[in-house]
Amino acid sequence: MVTVAPHRVRPRRGVELGLLVLALALAVGAYALVGLNVTGELPGNIAGYGAGMAVLGLVLHVVLRLRAPYADPVILPATIALNGIGLAMIYRIDLAYAARDNVTAFATRQLAWTALGVLLASVVLVVLRDHRTLRRYTYTAMVVGLVLVVLPLVPGLGTTINGARIWVRLGGMSLQPAEFAKIALAVFFAGYLVTHRETLTLAGPRIGGLHLPRVRDLGPILVVWACSLAVLVFERDLGTSLLFFGLFVAMLYLATERTSWIALGMLLFGGGALLAAQVFPHVDARFDAWLHAFDDDVFNQSPGGSGQLVRGLYGMANGGLFGTGWGQGRPDLVPFAESDFIVASLGEELGLTGLLALLVTYLVLAERGMRTAIGVRDGFGKLLAGGVAFVVAFQCFVVVGGVTRLIPLTGLTMPFLAYGGSSLLANWVIVALILRISDSARRPAPAAPGRPGSDRPDPGHGPGPGPGDGYGRDPGHPGTDHQDTEILTGLKEARG
Amino acid sequence: MNTPVRRIAVVVIAMFLALMGAATWVQYVQAAQLNADPRNVRTLYREYDNFRGPVVVGGEPVASSTPVDDPFGFQRSYAQGPLYAHATGFYSVVFGRTGIERAANELLTGSADSLFWSRIEDLVTGRQPQGSSVELTIDPAVQQAAAAALGSQRGAVVALDPRTGAVLAMVSSPTYDPNVLAGHDTTAVNEAYRALDADPAEPLVNRAIAGDTYPPGSTFKLVDAAAALEAGLTPDSELAAPDVLPLPGSSATIGNFGGASCGPGGTVTMREALRTSCNTAFAQLGLDLGADALREQAQRFGFGAPLSIPLTVVPSRFPEDPDAPQTALSAIGQYDVRATPLQMAMVSAAIANGGEQMEPYLISTVRSADLEVVEEASPDVLRTSMSQATAQALAEMMVGVVESGTGTAAQVPGVRVAGKTGTAQTTDDAAPHAWFTGFAPADDPQVAVAVIVENGGDAGNEATGGRVAAPIARAVFEAVLAR
Repeated sequence: MVTVAPHRVRPRRGVELGLLVLALALAVGAYALVGLNVTGELPGNIAGYGAGMAVLGLVLHVVLRLRAPYADPVILPATIALNGIGLAMIYRIDLAYAARDNVTAFATRQLAWTALGVLLASVVLVVLRDHRTLRRYTYTAMVVGLVLVVLPLVPGLGTTINGARIWVRLGGMSLQPAEFAKIALAVFFAGYLVTHRETLTLAGPRIGGLHLPRVRDLGPILVVWACSLAVLVFERDLGTSLLFFGLFVAMLYLATERTSWIALGMLLFGGGALLAAQVFPHVDARFDAWLHAFDDDVFNQSPGGSGQLVRGLYGMANGGLFGTGWGQGRPDLVPFAESDFIVASLGEELGLTGLLALLVTYLVLAERGMRTAIGVRDGFGKLLAGGVAFVVAFQCFVVVGGVTRLIPLTGLTMPFLAYGGSSLLANWVIVALILRISDSARRPAPAAPGRPGSDRPDPGHGPGPGPGDGYGRDPGHPGTDHQDTEILTGLKEARG
Repeated sequence: MNTPVRRIAVVVIAMFLALMGAATWVQYVQAAQLNADPRNVRTLYREYDNFRGPVVVGGEPVASSTPVDDPFGFQRSYAQGPLYAHATGFYSVVFGRTGIERAANELLTGSADSLFWSRIEDLVTGRQPQGSSVELTIDPAVQQAAAAALGSQRGAVVALDPRTGAVLAMVSSPTYDPNVLAGHDTTAVNEAYRALDADPAEPLVNRAIAGDTYPPGSTFKLVDAAAALEAGLTPDSELAAPDVLPLPGSSATIGNFGGASCGPGGTVTMREALRTSCNTAFAQLGLDLGADALREQAQRFGFGAPLSIPLTVVPSRFPEDPDAPQTALSAIGQYDVRATPLQMAMVSAAIANGGEQMEPYLISTVRSADLEVVEEASPDVLRTSMSQATAQALAEMMVGVVESGTGTAAQVPGVRVAGKTGTAQTTDDAAPHAWFTGFAPADDPQVAVAVIVENGGDAGNEATGGRVAAPIARAVFEAVLAR
């Protein structure tokens, strides 16, 4: 089976450490500059902050060395850099609010959430030895996802903040369950689609050149989709429903390879959105604020006008090509400068240059996830890695597109940058998942299957490692993925 | 399954390229437009954040910025707010800028092209960038005298140095206190502005240069006389002066003030006609010269031309195509002739300066933060309004007006003063506007002035230019000559 000469695949943990030092320098440097530029002196807790961030980065680095030595070396540093820059900006906005006698401690709380996020990611990496274990929880994930989606609607538990009922109040903390639901739904979609992809692809009627699947194959997915769309209606959350929908269409396409599905999906969503705009005034207001942002009456309308959006644009225009510099702009003039509009805040102080650099970092992160999906040998892993990597990229697109007036503004938060615990925790879990899958994607196939003494489950019967980057090559015929997973499950059972 | 992953990866790249394009559009292509949006308070904040240069009159700042502990950083204050309000204008968080604050904004903020090297210097030396100080040509003594003489009457006074065009005084009444509009409490500023804006006396309007322009009345006879002299008449030419002039092609007539007769035998010299402000003589002269000749002479004095000192001046006007009765009325400054007080001061200034009209200006010197002169006004001839001979003859005729004519109230002991009064009808039920324009001393002119008192001021229906406006001009002359 293996015809290529085996390559020695290096774990590249050293590369990761080097990049990590760079990312930490960036994060701590940004934090220091904020203090210097706003108050004229270094922030009082700079040493503690620097040490804390370094510890968090190094903890994950060590966990990776021990538990996932072949994991992608770029993902962790990129995430730490984004998280750190977000923290610096949130601290900067704390200072701006404090100057207006409105004392906030967003940065402190975000730092705590970061620590929790890193801890959660470590737990995922330690506990989840193999991502294929998750496939066993396909339907559990569906139930969990659905429960999380409808949780804010439960009376007494859900709360409405700024018009959207997407929050759950638990012991004094506000959580956005939808952020976690997207992970559960990705697991469900991956598990379901990998099992049913053949029937979805092959069985079913063909109408007008468009191949339609059988209703009973598509049933569970339609249920989930309908539920997630109900989010739009009952929780007034355009962003989350768009996100779920994007995830759904992308994973369906990954599984079936049918472009016509994407076209159909987009048509459906476009029609649905237009219909929603007709029926629901809050959706219509969003479209109005997008299309006629600069009209005086739309600008001055509150709530529901374009004031926030246009003020964000003013901020970014103020930053221009090179930005005002950390602490030199006025990002606090935009409502929610620390969360929904942190991209505008960063655009103002770091300029177009800084914003493009951040976007490239996200792009690297997403593309590393895609690379992982290509490299991993089992279908479930491919779907899961591709799905969660896409959802991160798509969330960036929806947020930045909204803030730059490319698309209508929705209430999503920028992964890792924006203030908000739920988003940070969920995205750290996603990073942990991608890291876990990338470990099995890059790990060389063992010389002999079932080598004695191995403490890890066999990553499967993939072909030998590909040349160069350490990612394996998939032979590409449909049967293999399925087979691999089946064999693995068999192994697991045998070991149990 | 790798093909769709690769395709999705390409879709992700496309999404990010779209985002980068959108960011570039906002932060580079559209940035200038967004920064210039009047709703963008950020631009204002950035401006406030810099030390704005002062506006200086007679060595003392009349508008200055002091650091304060609020988001704006600096508070603009006006030392003698009401006195200089119409020159300085106001600098408001809510309502933007007017006056010099607006016209010289780039100099005051330090962003003008002429301050390029100063900015480079700031950059190299690490000095906090500061706006430059703008010194006005206004003479505080003259300004105060003019404002005091005008008192609470509605109207305006403009005084020019006829030799240079420098504006020595610019008073518009009623005035307002720009300090109430420069506050940072937007609610209070809003209220104050609304009250001022709703005031029927229109305190925010600068009547001297930009109000509803006024009919110049008999002061326009200076233009008629200039046109006649340029056409070859002399001050001693006899003009037909009936007691009542029937207007050709209509049943209307023109009479003289108080129904008086201008001279025996129905004729009068032009000199005498100006001295007594004879309406019928100048109306007939206007008919004889024709509307085109009158308009051409008016334009040579600056009517119809845009002007910026650098405050924008509303152009004065002479009607486009008047028929004969309208021409006759236009010749005595009625019908549709309209002029700003600055325009009438410019008429006197041109006569005083031998026919050469100097370009009026309000900014004398611009100094950078380290007191280095960045810009200095250099007087420019704006246009030649008439020959020197005409100017001399007209000046002599105007001296007669003040010595023994309608303008005796403008006399200054020991000084030969030249002038012309005007009493302009407005509507039937309102008292006439009282005008005076002139210059002093007649042989060595140092100041040209125009005064208007709306609707007769305190004198009401009894008002004439000679009685109400001339004493104000005298106060201005005395203030200049006492320097």
